Amino acid sequence: MLWAGLLIASAGCYALKLAGLSLPQSWLQDERIQRTVPLIPVALLAALVATQTFSTGHELVLDVRAAALAVAAIAVVLRAPFLVVVASAAATAALLRLI
Amino acid sequence: MFTGASQFAMVGVIGAGGSVWAGAATALLLGTRNALYGVRLSSLLGVRRLRRAGAAQFVIDETTAMAIARDNAGDARFAFWATGLALFTLWNLGTLIGALATHALPNPKLLGFDAAPPAAFLALLAPRLRAREPMAIAIAAGVVAVICLPFVPAGVPLLIVAVLVALYGASSLPTLWGGRPEGPGGDPH
Repeated sequence: MLWAGLLIASAGCYALKLAGLSLPQSWLQDERIQRTVPLIPVALLAALVATQTFSTGHELVLDVRAAALAVAAIAVVLRAPFLVVVASAAATAALLRLI
Repeated sequence: MFTGASQFAMVGVIGAGGSVWAGAATALLLGTRNALYGVRLSSLLGVRRLRRAGAAQFVIDETTAMAIARDNAGDARFAFWATGLALFTLWNLGTLIGALATHALPNPKLLGFDAAPPAAFLALLAPRLRAREPMAIAIAAGVVAVICLPFVPAGVPLLIVAVLVALYGASSLPTLWGGRPEGPGGDPH
């Protein structure tokens, strides 16, 4: 089941790219599509940040991950590279758990 | 699957207890932007048949950003293929190392690894927030997802948020916020 879902998602992600390269340009030039599609990752990534920081299973929780996210946000504002952002969050959570 | 945000999201949803199908749907929704990148790249690359099938796998944020920033088609093609090949190789190598190495870790939580995914998603999100509208959408999406979370199966808050933003995008006027659709996000690496 897991692998079936992974294969379908992988094939679908590839098909989306190929469709963009292959379909007649006018099909995807519609203003609403052009406007809406870039907003989808914004909403989904923000929702992922929120749910993965403030929940465990079905419960809302406030723990060291919130502090880790704050540190990551500072790193992002300072234009730190991707890996530095991720590592600073992990290090913050690890240190706070030690205390 | 070679499109980082989708890959992270699918693992994130399944890791948080969501069904594989909720994970797959989230990955596909995040992949929709690559179709628009394909539209922008198709005239630039001028690829047909087999080369097009190969080029398609490389259509991601980074290759699009590198290609459309060039002045002429020749440079754009070189930027696309060079970026694509380098990222494809290193990304998959990194994934393989991660898959093999994490088995050796005793307790990922002790190392703060559970705080890493939200930070990664934030780093992927940040380059897309250079206007008021996406910023407002991001905040609203985070709030809605957290409010929904206790009441629906894991992974479903993401799908609710995706439906809401699609409805918003299809119904609202582009001039409302005075913004134009953004190009691909910056390079998160």
